[in-house]
Amino acid sequence: MKTNNNKSNKWLIGLLGWLVACILFFPIFWMFITSFKTEVAAIATPPQLFFKPTIENYVAVQERAAYFNFAWNSVIISVGATILALLLAVPAAYAMSFFPSKRTKSTLLWMLSTKMLPSVGVLVPIYILGRETGLLDTRIGLIIIYTLINLPIVVWMIYSFFKEVPKEILEADRMDGASTYQEVAYVLLPLALPGIASTALLSIILSWNEAFWSLNLTTFDAAPLTAFIASFSSPQGLFWAKLSAASTMAIAPILIFGWLSQKQLVRGLTFGAVK
Amino acid sequence: MTSVVTRPQPPSESKRRSSRKIPTLALVAPSVIVLILWMVVPLAMAIWFAFQRYNLLIPDNREFIGLGNFIFILTDPALWISIGTTLVLVASVLLITIGLGTLLAVLFNQDFPGQGIARVLAISPFFVMPTVSALIWKNMLMHPVNGLFAQITRGLGLGAIDWFTDFPLVSIIIIVSWEWLPFALLILLTAIQSLDTSQIEAARMDGAKPLQLFRYVVLPHLSRAIAVVAMIETIFFLAIFGEIFVTTGGGPGLATTNLAYYIYLKALLEFDVGGASAGGLIAVVLANIVAIFLVRSVASNLDT
Amino acid sequence: MKKITTFLCSVMLIPLLQACGGESEAKGKTRLTIATVNNGDMVVMQDLSRKFEAENPDIELRWVVLEENILRQRTTTDVASQGGQFDVLTIGSYETPIWAKRGWLKSLDDLPAEYDVDDLIDPVREGLSHEGSLYALPFYAESSMLYYRQDLFKEAGITMAANPTYGEVEEWASQVHDPANGVYGMCLRGKPGWGENMAFLTTLVNTNGGRWFDMDWQPQLDTPEWKSAVTFYVDVLNEYGPPGASSNGFNENLALFSTGKCGMWIDATVAAGLLSNPEGSQVADKVGFAPAPVESYPNGSNWLWAWSLAIPETSRSPEEAQRFITWATSKEYIQLVADESGWVGVPPGTRTSTYENPNYQEVAPFAKTVLNSIESADVERPSPLPTPYKGIQYVDIPEFQAIGTQVGQQMAEALADKVSVDKAIEKSQNIAERFMRHTGYIEDKASEQAKSEVEQ
Repeated sequence: MKTNNNKSNKWLIGLLGWLVACILFFPIFWMFITSFKTEVAAIATPPQLFFKPTIENYVAVQERAAYFNFAWNSVIISVGATILALLLAVPAAYAMSFFPSKRTKSTLLWMLSTKMLPSVGVLVPIYILGRETGLLDTRIGLIIIYTLINLPIVVWMIYSFFKEVPKEILEADRMDGASTYQEVAYVLLPLALPGIASTALLSIILSWNEAFWSLNLTTFDAAPLTAFIASFSSPQGLFWAKLSAASTMAIAPILIFGWLSQKQLVRGLTFGAVK
Repeated sequence: MTSVVTRPQPPSESKRRSSRKIPTLALVAPSVIVLILWMVVPLAMAIWFAFQRYNLLIPDNREFIGLGNFIFILTDPALWISIGTTLVLVASVLLITIGLGTLLAVLFNQDFPGQGIARVLAISPFFVMPTVSALIWKNMLMHPVNGLFAQITRGLGLGAIDWFTDFPLVSIIIIVSWEWLPFALLILLTAIQSLDTSQIEAARMDGAKPLQLFRYVVLPHLSRAIAVVAMIETIFFLAIFGEIFVTTGGGPGLATTNLAYYIYLKALLEFDVGGASAGGLIAVVLANIVAIFLVRSVASNLDT
Repeated sequence: MKKITTFLCSVMLIPLLQACGGESEAKGKTRLTIATVNNGDMVVMQDLSRKFEAENPDIELRWVVLEENILRQRTTTDVASQGGQFDVLTIGSYETPIWAKRGWLKSLDDLPAEYDVDDLIDPVREGLSHEGSLYALPFYAESSMLYYRQDLFKEAGITMAANPTYGEVEEWASQVHDPANGVYGMCLRGKPGWGENMAFLTTLVNTNGGRWFDMDWQPQLDTPEWKSAVTFYVDVLNEYGPPGASSNGFNENLALFSTGKCGMWIDATVAAGLLSNPEGSQVADKVGFAPAPVESYPNGSNWLWAWSLAIPETSRSPEEAQRFITWATSKEYIQLVADESGWVGVPPGTRTSTYENPNYQEVAPFAKTVLNSIESADVERPSPLPTPYKGIQYVDIPEFQAIGTQVGQQMAEALADKVSVDKAIEKSQNIAERFMRHTGYIEDKASEQAKSEVEQ
């Protein structure tokens, strides 16, 4: 935005940017190095920055719990729920942003209000429902729940990103005789892609980290990484190093995915290029 | 991209304004129907249970007690304290994440060496599971004996801050802000990137200073993004639970008991389905009030 | 663009389709789903269960290992709503009588003779029984005791008494308290929770002669016994305790003691093994063991808790489940653990035979103290005054989780010096009274409940 040609300004900004990034990242970094310490070293005072690294925690974690089963469940559930939510949300957001009616705003607000009933309060009814439909401890069951939980957010965000797209572009295309489908597929979606991508990313993260339904509706077959973490958290005894290792393994996929896809967002299509 | 095929235009589409008849209802319907089911079923069950004394562990005690549950909860001083705590929590984290988020979005929009990597590091906290974040902060960073912060301040001769005893709510606010700042940053950054640079150039040519640029060009452009972030974050902050559960357990006293934790105590520690349902309904009312208030202050940004 | 999109879309569809597909069924095997806590001994059980599967090729075990609070919530939800998701549950002495009363657990009367059910230590067995039948098999049991630093005591010229009193304990705390060198005289639980700080505080109240409820289920928190207990607790911790005490639970205190920061610590006997293990403890060779201190009433000052394996009535394979739980709590299993990792790591507190074994006595200097603590624990009579409930560090009513936790919050507040002890007690009394009235214990149910409790 501020195109500074002043070299020192650039360095100052760079310094500030890096400082902020390091401060924000530091706790994760700390957790990461703790995963390579022995349990005793993990709680030692003063905290050690230099120590003899060991991979015994990763070995112990892997021996105790089948990481890949949990991870694969997490992937399927998060991605599945996101796809389903997008399929439902994109048409709705399209209609509401380009053809708003009197009811649009209240519909949007109502959607958001469905998230206001605390999950804790409805655990038992949903559990019983799950039992009756045979969806307990299934991935499909969790996908359905997550789609429902995330749908309002996904609709909202895509709606707001669609609103960023100038109507003129679509109109120009329409004048050229494009059909609705072509308009949406070839013009709208590419323009809104960074927005849709960040929405998808958000939905995946929310599903990945969701720790209420995932713990209560699964036991073994469909248990995702949140259950994996819960099995290393706060047992009797020293557990910091192992929990750090388990957490690193749990967030690694999503972190890497987020980093990679974030590049897509940032590389971004500016609206200027379309002209 | 222009399409190759020219379809015969029906007469109604020769008008200048886009009055294409598309089945808006059909497009919106699936989402709405699905959400109606999702909302109505639990809501109906909650209303059904809220008027009963129904404890899952004492099934023989079940009977209709009218407003008994509501009276029990509404006369509980802990409820009002928890509502207050909830509001303080939500407002603080909103301010911090949006305020700092905007500034950081401007910062990261700049071109500086290694900005890609720095950006990536900065959004990382959002990927960590909330309970794990809280555990790291509580035991590795903030603990007055073993934690890193205490080690540093002690090394500087300043003694140690007992975060969770003396500043419990502030500690929770710090943890949650750390988790959600990246979210605000990401959305606002994406929004800033769509700001037309030509607009800025024009303003600068007119002699606008950086601060004025920020206030009159950047901020208005970001207003919709800020509105979306605010609404989404509010929904989540009203339901903050995991961090509290793992660090302070709602205490000391009720200092960090928010409405979600309060309902948890009802629903899962007692298995008081009746009480939890009543509490849930109260939470819905509260959330709606907050939403109306928020919409009023932010609503203008929802329209084009 | 189009090609990439199509490709991405199809790649992303794979997970969706996979989710729809069913899981492969292991043909012909009975699958048991076991829910257990993530404590060390259970992890060992999970590891060694491969031997069980080898000996019983018709059974496949599926493990659900969770942190205690989440596990309790998960299993209670399932059992109370007849979900049928589990075949074996790991529950404690608190839940067992309550759930047995509701008919949610299978009674375990037809145990094989070689299981030697009489070998189980009496208080442990009684805590898991209801109307004479056993409803859960104990996996490991614990009481509470006093840990102290032998080296610090020697330096200060103190000799540990055979049966210390709280008065002596306070005195000793002042003598070994040395914050300048990072040693705090007394470490105790402060984190709010019915099983965290209230577990300890309840024993303190018991030994001061107090109780939670009288025979009419009236809460008794505003009595002098409670006041002296809580005042002692707050004073000792504020003077000789570590900073941040009000959010320290078992694990935090274990970390403190293991890194040499505590002079004394009163907590679960299960810590004895952890503290004596040089791999996890920096003070392994300096830790001493003594029975939990008493004040005026000897009983009720050391608690009793048994993690046990039970079978819900909704299990589809109760026979196989019973085979597993008898295996996991048998003498053979204990021998197996001893062979694999040494006697010091066997699950403690369940069988007399363990404590009579010379090998165990050799490696576990704390064995005698632990056994005495468990044997002297009397769940029926935690307090000198009559009680309508059973349980030493808890009250065996379902509402206790909520009451205990909320009172625990008040206690933590008093500890954090945010409110006076009197105010905290007053608020706690109000909380307890509100609950008992709301759930109908007081006013109508009082006499009914008292009668049925006494009858057991």
